[in-house]
Amino acid sequence: MTYRLAAIDKSSFAAEREDDFTVIGSVVRRSDALGHVTGRTEFFEDVAPPGLAHLKMHRSARHHARIAGVDLTEALAVPGVLKILTHADIPNNLYTPLKLIGVGPDDEPILAVDKVRYLGEPICAVVAVTEAAALEGAARVKVTYEDLPAVFDVEEALAEGAPLVNEYHGQNHFIYEGHHCRRIRFGDVEKAFAEADHVFEWRYQSAPIEQAPVETTGCVVIPQADGRLRIHSDTQACFFTLDNTALILETPFNKLRIVGGTVGGGFGGKVDVVVEPVACVAAMMTDRPVKFVYNRYEEMQVSSPRAAERIYIKDAVMDDGRIIGRKVTLYVDSGAYARHTPYGTTKAAAHLPGPYSIPNVWADCHCVFTNRTPSSAMRGFGVTIGDFALESQMDRIARALDMDPLRLRLLNAYRDGDLKAHRKVAEGTALVEVIQKAAEMSGHELPEAYRRMSSLTREGL
Amino acid sequence: MPSQIVSLVVNGEPREFIAAPGMTLLAGLRESLGLTAAKRGCGQGTCGSCTVLVEGQARAACLVAVETVAGLSVSTLEGVATGGELDAVQSSFVDNFATQCGFCTAGMIMVTEALLDRDPDPSEEDVAEAISGNVCRCTGYQPIVIAILDAARRRREERASR
Repeated sequence: MTYRLAAIDKSSFAAEREDDFTVIGSVVRRSDALGHVTGRTEFFEDVAPPGLAHLKMHRSARHHARIAGVDLTEALAVPGVLKILTHADIPNNLYTPLKLIGVGPDDEPILAVDKVRYLGEPICAVVAVTEAAALEGAARVKVTYEDLPAVFDVEEALAEGAPLVNEYHGQNHFIYEGHHCRRIRFGDVEKAFAEADHVFEWRYQSAPIEQAPVETTGCVVIPQADGRLRIHSDTQACFFTLDNTALILETPFNKLRIVGGTVGGGFGGKVDVVVEPVACVAAMMTDRPVKFVYNRYEEMQVSSPRAAERIYIKDAVMDDGRIIGRKVTLYVDSGAYARHTPYGTTKAAAHLPGPYSIPNVWADCHCVFTNRTPSSAMRGFGVTIGDFALESQMDRIARALDMDPLRLRLLNAYRDGDLKAHRKVAEGTALVEVIQKAAEMSGHELPEAYRRMSSLTREGL
Repeated sequence: MPSQIVSLVVNGEPREFIAAPGMTLLAGLRESLGLTAAKRGCGQGTCGSCTVLVEGQARAACLVAVETVAGLSVSTLEGVATGGELDAVQSSFVDNFATQCGFCTAGMIMVTEALLDRDPDPSEEDVAEAISGNVCRCTGYQPIVIAILDAARRRREERASR
């Protein structure tokens, strides 16, 4: 094996180690590598059943509009078009993916009914014998719109008089057990600001980020002789997709079978259940295998990205670098529908105030609806952008105090036994040791007192 | 324009199929010949996951009209392993963890085969240049570059020992 392999560093927490690793530290060949290098791994689109029909979507050309009319005449006349599905063909047209764990309300149509809430929202699904005919049919669907004012900014969406994006919620934010946002209340931040030597407040912002897997989102649905549907999919969540699809189809779960687990890159972008339900309905109505796969433009435009966030952080800081209060106002742009973003926003709140022991913390984390593409999961969603903001804030504080940014962090890092803002006692902390090791490896000099700090004691504080 | 019969030499074997007007080489390989190793990632020639060799040159099969390569020799990943034995590039990709999701792998291996055929001892910069048209979203490219340099070394050693 030529792959570089670093020895395991056993210097930290030596007393806590059993040192009985059987796999960690050894090279284990990937079980799927042989299929990948020979081209024998079967991805969903490698399945080619005879009689395969193709589904292409006619999508909203508006950010926010009432649908005045849909004319299918020209589209139905395209040679090879078998069927055009509208909302009326979907047994349970309204859903939200997290209903499986009790999150509501249902807020998103599979196919638009009387309104579109973002550019690219699906309106009609054209099923045809060839991909070209399906594309031609989708292009010939005529939708008449009555434009509505749209909102694209989280703070504007929460302002008085903003256009209402999603009627199923009734306001432009998700409601958490009766509260307008996810909140943290710990100690008294206002008192901390009054007592602090310095108060620093900065704003951070991120754009939506597309996962951009090389394999686009899609599925092939094949009706079986026994009446079941076999779904070849690149979903990252086979059972989640199966259960949600069954609810949308109003069919028992055991009528569906998912063949999956081979995903050509997902990164969170393939957990929303968006292609399988409509492809299943198309397969049932035409009694043919149906393929519905995004082209690259759809993947970039309508598949749900990591949410854009805007974060305000206001810190109460003493001359010696101790942070005695942190107030965070965080907005997550859910886009037009909830998808996984109410959960992502909860994760953002759970992550505050970062891995630091701060005695006074106040946070409001808003999950906001706008007329942008619905956002959803992506690697560490809800946490990554918050970390960018928190650690940028730490660097800016260090700069303002003319202090070593690593020492600032070591001084404020949580230790085992600290009570966190969520009323949980920290355990298994390791930030101190990680910083010390990073300093050592990068040749960053730390004074003896900082090198002697430990996650297990309060030495040096 | 009517459909036409197209003849190619694919992985050393003569193959014929009926091509509809405008059919791409990628569609011909995948749909008519059932050779699905080459993947459609973008359909626009920008991701490299459909890369095959035409007369030894790496080409994006999604941009090649199949009638333009009639009579020519096409190599795909399916033809790389001989007699069930992985070649140096394939085994190097396995050993160096150069595959993750596997979707870009066929394209990466085919551009590597073309690179090593014309330059048995490429520099790291040559490797980066050779794979610059191939997108990988999983690995961050470093394991792939390491695997390609290792494959070049393995091939040179194989040749020297022959």
